[in-house]
Amino acid sequence: MIDNVRKHAYRLLAFLLLLVTAGAAQAQLQIEIIDGNPSALPIAVVPFQWMEAGPPPIDTVDQIVSGDLYRSGLFDPMATEDMAEKPVDQEGIRFGTWRLMKVDYVVIGKIRTPADGQGHEIVYQLFDVHKQEAVLSRITTVGPGDLRFGAHRVADSIYEALTGVPGAFSTRIAYVTSTGLGKDQRFELVVADADGFGPQSIVGSPEPLLSPSWSPDGRKLAYVSFEQGNSAIYMQDVSTGARELLSSGKGINGAPAFSPDGRKMAMTLSRTGNPEIYIRDMATGRTQQITQHWSIDTEPAWSPDGRSVYFTSDRGGRPQIYKVPVTGGSPERVTLEGEYNARASIAPDGRKIAVAQGRGNEYRIAVWDIEAERFTVLTPGRLDESPSFAPNGSMILYATREGDRGVLSAVSADGNVRTRLILSEGDVREPAWSPVIR
Amino acid sequence: MKSAWRLTLVLIIAFTFAACKSTPEPVEAPEPVAEKPPVVETAAAPDARDYTDARNFDNPESLLSKRVIYFDFDKSTIRPEYRGIVQAHAAYLASAGSARMTLEGHADERGTREYNLGLGERRGNAVSGLMSAQGGRGNQLTVVSYGEERPTCRVSDDECWSMNRRVEIVYTAK
Repeated sequence: MIDNVRKHAYRLLAFLLLLVTAGAAQAQLQIEIIDGNPSALPIAVVPFQWMEAGPPPIDTVDQIVSGDLYRSGLFDPMATEDMAEKPVDQEGIRFGTWRLMKVDYVVIGKIRTPADGQGHEIVYQLFDVHKQEAVLSRITTVGPGDLRFGAHRVADSIYEALTGVPGAFSTRIAYVTSTGLGKDQRFELVVADADGFGPQSIVGSPEPLLSPSWSPDGRKLAYVSFEQGNSAIYMQDVSTGARELLSSGKGINGAPAFSPDGRKMAMTLSRTGNPEIYIRDMATGRTQQITQHWSIDTEPAWSPDGRSVYFTSDRGGRPQIYKVPVTGGSPERVTLEGEYNARASIAPDGRKIAVAQGRGNEYRIAVWDIEAERFTVLTPGRLDESPSFAPNGSMILYATREGDRGVLSAVSADGNVRTRLILSEGDVREPAWSPVIR
Repeated sequence: MKSAWRLTLVLIIAFTFAACKSTPEPVEAPEPVAEKPPVVETAAAPDARDYTDARNFDNPESLLSKRVIYFDFDKSTIRPEYRGIVQAHAAYLASAGSARMTLEGHADERGTREYNLGLGERRGNAVSGLMSAQGGRGNQLTVVSYGEERPTCRVSDDECWSMNRRVEIVYTAK
């Protein structure tokens, strides 16, 4: 009896220790698919042969590639343990076997040290099982410590070869986390790989942080911080941490957005007494006001050609998306349906606009087709906001709520596949997908 | 064995405490940073309607003790029941030239964050405007919008949202 109690006590102790450890560890994003795609392409990424000296990494390249393809929702990678054969070269592939296992594509590869002895070389091939031929044969070379990045590049190439759209797996995401309440509340601006791996806080503050925006070269983030007691716009180098205060005038200093060429930044300032859109010349630091209206004008987003700026305005009564030439002029209303459309994210091809769409107390991510003048609602709500297009336009990252906490989700641009990225504690919000980093 | 038990108990208590903390609870409104006025021993309590008397900041009977103004959804109109509070503080500002206040504008979580920054500012400006009209001077008033970033309550329902749509009057000097 007593032994039994002790046994339970030990189990409970072990469980509690686990909880404590889990809480203390650096919060990591977990990713799972909520709505899958029934027509996902069956593919087998066979374990890559490790030819370097020393042991292989725990997260193997083939597993990272499989994980990326799975998350896109367009692929259904086979589990390693289900593979009847694990060929490492073309001669070892028996297409009949893979056809029996209903696999359409097979990837094989090896990892070796390049001739100069630095970094890694991933040699891989993608085969079409039905045609029995190679679709892709490539060598991806990365520096020391960049094997994970190399694996994402491999996934990008496979994705592009099979879908015709460049992959966006080797990109990064930025987001804001908030933990604690009241005086203990703490905000962090975090940068992680697009698969949620390796989250790193680049700035922390007891005061609110919001609206991260990537520079087009992916090296800098502009964001809003309340650390001085009012909103202010900062720009920070992601790798060195060096930062610059760009705007801290009276009133709101918000919604920074780099122009596609990185030479300008659109922002919201309320130094005239209410929020207007301004364009800052990054070289001279001079700003030019491009909207003038007593309403709230905010959340600027550039057209891909850099000639116009989309923004949120309630000049018609409720918030809607408008468009104005970057040189200023008369804004035209863009979104023509729905009672509340705000925070535009423009698709890389410039044809679609993702917004947070409000209807009563429900907020969902919806995409406005500029040419067809029609909305498609992509997410179920209830409080979805901050849409951010992937640089290849395939997915939209956004913030949503589960219970009373904020989590990030991604939805495919057609709305068919949703994935969820959960941080182990606190609120996660304000996602921003980086450009493609070359 | 005993120490294992003891550790378990400590962890249970610690964990329960942590779990309690994570349930939604209203956050205390920030205390005004200015010092309390010197306490003077007098027989009579201050006249609650004397808005030039700094003792009324701590007098629950007086409108000067009230420092939060609430708003309707997506609105920045000051409801009639809050005009008296603004009037009282405006009277104090008029009487104390060195007094300064920050009007912190807030929004509920619905809608986008940057738009809500604009909405919070609009509310702050509405209070600031009325405060000026009633005798406060421009150099005494600063508006800061926090948008939806500093909620007092974190539940997604009407009651909580109505608590969060507010302007807080924070004296930086009395």
